[in-house]
Amino acid sequence: MIKMFINNLEVQAEEGWTIRDACEFYGLEIPTLCYNPGLSNFGGCRLCLVEVGHAPNTRLVSSCTYPCEEGLNVHTDTKRAIKARKMMIELMLSVAPGSKVIQDLASKFNVTQMRFDVRNEECILCGLCVRMCAEQMDGKAIGFQNRGYKRKISTPFDAKSKVCRECGGCMYICPACQARCQGPNAEDPVCNACLQLEPTCVDVYDEATCWMYDVGRCGTCVRPSEEESTEQEAGSK
Amino acid sequence: MLHDQTEFEDIILKHPQEKRSLIPILQDFQSKYNYLPPVALNMVSQALDVPLIDIISVASFYNAFSLEPKGEHQITVCMGTACHVRGAPKILEEFERNLKIQTGHTREDGKYSLDSVACLGCCAIGPVVVVDGEYHAQTSIRNAGKIVKMLEKKEKIND
Amino acid sequence: MTDIKLKSFEDLKQKIKQESLRKEKEKHTVLTVSAGTCGQARGSLKVVEALERTIKDKKLEDRVIVKVTGCHGFCEAEPNIIIHPNNLFYQNVQPKDAEDIIQQTVINDTVIDRLLYKEHDTGELKSTGPEIGFYKKQMRNVLGDNEYIEPLNIDDYFAVGGYSALVKTLQEMSPEEVIDEVKRSGLRGRGGAGFLTGNKWAFSRKAKGDKKYIICNADEGDPGAYMDRSLMEGNPHRVLEGMMIGAYAIGADEGYIYIRDEYPVALKHINVAIQEAEAHGLLGENILGSGFNFKVRISRGAGAFVCGEETAMIASIEGGVGIPRQRPPFPAVKGLWKKPTNINNVETWGNVPLIINRGADWYSKIGTNGSKGTKIFSLVGKINNTGLVEVPMGITLREVIFDIGGGIPEGKDFKAVQTGGPSGGCLPKEKLDLPIDYESLTQAGSIMGSGGMIVMDENTCMVDVAKYFLNFLRDESCGKCISCREGTQRMWEIVNKISGGRGKMADLDLLEELAEAVKDASLCGLGQTAANPVLSTLRYFRDEYISHIRDKKCPAGVCKELITYSVIPENCTGCLACKKVCPSDAVSGELKEVHIINKEKCIKCGACFEACNFDAIKVE
Repeated sequence: MIKMFINNLEVQAEEGWTIRDACEFYGLEIPTLCYNPGLSNFGGCRLCLVEVGHAPNTRLVSSCTYPCEEGLNVHTDTKRAIKARKMMIELMLSVAPGSKVIQDLASKFNVTQMRFDVRNEECILCGLCVRMCAEQMDGKAIGFQNRGYKRKISTPFDAKSKVCRECGGCMYICPACQARCQGPNAEDPVCNACLQLEPTCVDVYDEATCWMYDVGRCGTCVRPSEEESTEQEAGSK
Repeated sequence: MLHDQTEFEDIILKHPQEKRSLIPILQDFQSKYNYLPPVALNMVSQALDVPLIDIISVASFYNAFSLEPKGEHQITVCMGTACHVRGAPKILEEFERNLKIQTGHTREDGKYSLDSVACLGCCAIGPVVVVDGEYHAQTSIRNAGKIVKMLEKKEKIND
Repeated sequence: MTDIKLKSFEDLKQKIKQESLRKEKEKHTVLTVSAGTCGQARGSLKVVEALERTIKDKKLEDRVIVKVTGCHGFCEAEPNIIIHPNNLFYQNVQPKDAEDIIQQTVINDTVIDRLLYKEHDTGELKSTGPEIGFYKKQMRNVLGDNEYIEPLNIDDYFAVGGYSALVKTLQEMSPEEVIDEVKRSGLRGRGGAGFLTGNKWAFSRKAKGDKKYIICNADEGDPGAYMDRSLMEGNPHRVLEGMMIGAYAIGADEGYIYIRDEYPVALKHINVAIQEAEAHGLLGENILGSGFNFKVRISRGAGAFVCGEETAMIASIEGGVGIPRQRPPFPAVKGLWKKPTNINNVETWGNVPLIINRGADWYSKIGTNGSKGTKIFSLVGKINNTGLVEVPMGITLREVIFDIGGGIPEGKDFKAVQTGGPSGGCLPKEKLDLPIDYESLTQAGSIMGSGGMIVMDENTCMVDVAKYFLNFLRDESCGKCISCREGTQRMWEIVNKISGGRGKMADLDLLEELAEAVKDASLCGLGQTAANPVLSTLRYFRDEYISHIRDKKCPAGVCKELITYSVIPENCTGCLACKKVCPSDAVSGELKEVHIINKEKCIKCGACFEACNFDAIKVE
């Protein structure tokens, strides 16, 4: 067993666990997108970022790939991690605003603006389809090609694949393929119609102080009423 | 383009038949044929027991490889920082204008390819242009035009 | 074939002595021609041909020889010749000078003034290398031997005492003692990160496992940097010797040199060096009878900057795409094929024989408290004396740029110096007195990097420089992390907009916010430092950004959408030069008439500006 610290709590983790595994075991919610329990860990969406280390030498790492280590000091919801996650969501929105998964993430993390030029209906290159095809379906029909801003996922030579069995696994698992709801602001790149949640304690303590967000033990957490939240939405646009 | 497949086999067999040989094998193909023939890639996939999609991942990741044939004459303009500061972008544009192709492409008649490269490491003599393996130092916009004229003259003589 | 294998420490010591003596007793006049890749591009080999032909014609083979070496560092002066025994330095030699050199200097022992170096500021003629301003303040501990070595000849390396550090290591020191010496020397990684080399070796030594690897990082991807190329081309054995000592210290029996595809000459020279070392028994089994086994293989890069990152390099050697991996586990524990692996830069390995031979005490006296030893920089861009300079840490930027570099050409003003490649930043005039060491450069917003030092003048637009680096990074990013892939693309879009006069003040805030996210969220060094060019130019040259946004002007006259080309009537002689080169027919005016540029037709290609000999074209 590995002894480490998560949010100042001393915890025990099993050999081979990642930080995300340990957090899940202890009921701590960390946002993920490219993670799937049935597939290998990728660490490309950079949503699961947590802050490790001892101040001032801390850094953000993807918890889904970082192995648990003896004495590791982890903080899951620091201001720095939350800020970075929000920017990742904003970047994803700019590329695939039509995805319900990403819109829900935006609502949850109070991402209310999208300041980049929208490139509609594009792949966010999370690689879930590639891993699904290779690992679960043993197809190996699609894969990553090129690098940098030209990176894409396709079949060899962009031609009809000889090994694709048309199982539909890639479409099933794709987060961008899941059409967004036609709620209010349907045309907007940022919907924000659903649940909004940003613990106010972050502003006060530079860190989310309660991982059971609903309880509000420290007293700073306030959930606005229905009228207040609509006003807030209208005001922040 | 038709190639002799026994030649392909010869190239592949020169290396240990393991994944670590993938890049060296592709480099040999690129060097001999100026691109990676699709049939060759299929053969490499079988020989090394690596899925074709992974071979394509590697082939498309690195600048050294091209999946399409290069031109008979290859012009590469260095766009390193030192060359950039000394005016390389304008020289690249001059080549684009004179050859009538975009950077990174080959002209339709297959005669010329124009590429840029991040840095050749000859910064003191920049801007640098490499034409068919020959390094040209301190290129100017005027020289760029001259180089194209010289190549076209060579082509006419060959025709 | 005679057996040249050196089978014992005594054999090697004898060989070194023998070759050193041969060099000392050299009776011929030696004409040493600098012929690295850039020397060759400037015509060094044609000069060599001309010299050899002249020597043959005059039947002087027993009096004078030509030595073709690697780069002497003073690229601006190439093709250059160093003539022994007097250490005479001739610059910008052309094939037609061969006759004069043989006749006047070799036969008549007189100096040819027109071939001597003339100082830019004083006009003084200097006859030997060490007297020249360019060389005076340098300390060429690593590159200095280049001028004595014909790269394809191992005997020249023996002649300068080469492989004596290897003997000392294997004969007198234990692996732990070697690591200790390197630790005490204070040597830090010369590839850019500046990690203490001795400590890094200790990690690998401690790691469990019988099979260990060392790797020489010769990917040198920073645009503008070519120090490693010069060392590999000019003195490949120096690098090999360093690797041998390192392998012994760590307990590795196999090493890889990952050399970038774009360095064909360096690749050839290192290949030959390996073969020569093997033939002499310096690589292979039971080296010099010590029981130490070590072999070196070459792995060629295929054109990907990100492969300079340690874990991406490992992935590439293994035969895959160069995508960085999660650390931990660190390469020292689980690297190449999951074995403990130690990776160091070419220059770092090149320093090792020196530390062993001269000792950590001697080495640590050079430099500053935190940054020991010398560092090689490629001094390029808008600078008079372009070339490779090797200086002790702690020397100021001003000294390098003005004393060694000879200042800015054409009397223009210094504007900025860029260090650290795409991971670094631009430092302004106010920072010229900064000492060159790891911490000072990092605090100022740049980094030491691998050694690229690009000087910029008043005609360089800093917004354009930021755009240039972002364009480089968005292409070279491996594409895994959305923060780096999408982040560099979006940063480029914003700076591109600003450069084109379409920016808003809010863009600067967005740029800074995005930069911070890219820095924090990315997996590897490429992404983590991708924002540095933008952040440093915003920090020191914010006014220029604001000028592009608010006034829609590019003060340096670079950004295409914001500049216009026009003729200065007072200077125009009506020579038709610009009209002839204009590709879009934008110039009007007959012979002897003042020309006019039609701004609608002008595509701002710059051909007229280049062609005009009378300073009559204005760019603003």
